[in-house]
Amino acid sequence: MSSRPQKKKQGNERLQRIIDLSRAVEERGLDPFQVDVDDLIAVVHEYFPEWETIDEFSLDAEAVNRLASVIKLQGEWVSHRSTSLYTDPFLVEEKLRKLSRESLARLFLNAWHPIVELEQISSYSLIEAVKYWQSLLPLDERWTKTTGLKTELGAASRDELIMQRIMSEKAFTEELEVLWRELRGKVGESQKILYWEFVGADTYEETSRRAYMTSFLITYGYATFEVHRLEEEIYIIPFDKPRSLVGKKQSVSVPVSVSYEEWRRWREHKHD
Amino acid sequence: METLERTQARLSKKALYLRKLKRATHLLFYRRHRRPGVKGWELRKRLGSDYPKVIGLLDAYLEKLDLQVRTVFEGDPPSDKPTLEQLDRARFFITLRGGLTPKETKLSGWRIDDIAGLAIAISLIISKKGKASRDDVENMLRDKLPGWRVDINLDRYVRAGYLAQDENKQLYLDWRTRAEVDEKALVDLLMAVEGTKQQKS
Repeated sequence: MSSRPQKKKQGNERLQRIIDLSRAVEERGLDPFQVDVDDLIAVVHEYFPEWETIDEFSLDAEAVNRLASVIKLQGEWVSHRSTSLYTDPFLVEEKLRKLSRESLARLFLNAWHPIVELEQISSYSLIEAVKYWQSLLPLDERWTKTTGLKTELGAASRDELIMQRIMSEKAFTEELEVLWRELRGKVGESQKILYWEFVGADTYEETSRRAYMTSFLITYGYATFEVHRLEEEIYIIPFDKPRSLVGKKQSVSVPVSVSYEEWRRWREHKHD
Repeated sequence: METLERTQARLSKKALYLRKLKRATHLLFYRRHRRPGVKGWELRKRLGSDYPKVIGLLDAYLEKLDLQVRTVFEGDPPSDKPTLEQLDRARFFITLRGGLTPKETKLSGWRIDDIAGLAIAISLIISKKGKASRDDVENMLRDKLPGWRVDINLDRYVRAGYLAQDENKQLYLDWRTRAEVDEKALVDLLMAVEGTKQQKS
């Protein structure tokens, strides 16, 4: 024989299960006849003498309320089945799955009678339009805010574009080959050089540019990386001839951070 | 003398109903609210208490043009002749009497895919007592439409007023379906489809 607190705990859990089950039926549109209401009412009845606190009575009321909703759904289910609209949902699904899109559309067109209407401007939308119009600034005031500086039209020279850094002085591939030759010249007998030793320059801008160009040296097969993960060191190894690795080997991206802080640390370390 | 009076009375009655007919046409064709259609009580206010008779006359006239006045009642449609109170609460629309051809639907901006999707969603919801979970409808639509269009199409049906969705992602039939779709005809047509008409692939 279980003790009173144990029975209360057990009853609490059972009522909660009844509430969850009823809510699932209500919210997910499940068959309400899958719930044996008589059986569940008997459970509510069995534990009712045990309840003492307001919380316990609230839970009991909630369970009864949920069961009432299930009974209501059962009623609706029965009345729907008795209407001319009732069809077996599985049969409908089966038909819908088997029919082509064209057949479904054609079938629907026979039962579809679209609304015929004429749209017009209403007094309300006219008032709104007047309000909008009145809140607008005069054209000359609006235009002064949006106009930019006026400049003379004309052709820019190559030197001007280079000065503005829109165009590089050298062609891209030419620049890449120069860097490649520089790399080959800088590596010693070991045939490799530390990444920062190669890309590092006196200014951060130049360092960024070299890092950017180096990434193309690697991508286009002029050189490769050797990554020592434990030491956290990256070496660049130049090739004698550019190698096309596309389709021969799976390429791996190596993210290298070239932040201003890192550049500053590298520079300080170099001067020490 | 008596006959003349009677004729005059008949003529003025005819003129009265002609005026009411015109007024009803303006009310029903021009959209004046966010949703199209006119409530029964609005018609009563503008046409008088005999507005059901005026609507009946208009409906008979529109038949020649393949149009009709459709009455959508609040809740389930009454099984007997509707009461004046039920008519007051109902909404009246002008709809096509017959159906559209596939070519005509293209002109209205609906693709065959969109219409098929709408047919699936509505049929499924009807078969499940007017309520189906969005997941169930989406699964069925994925059978017929490209995956990326399923969500877009369902949202479009909701925006157009064919379907409504609650906070539990349950889909219902909304006001436009009730106004435009003959639900019984749709179900009957679907059930009447024979095996030979079904998709071969």
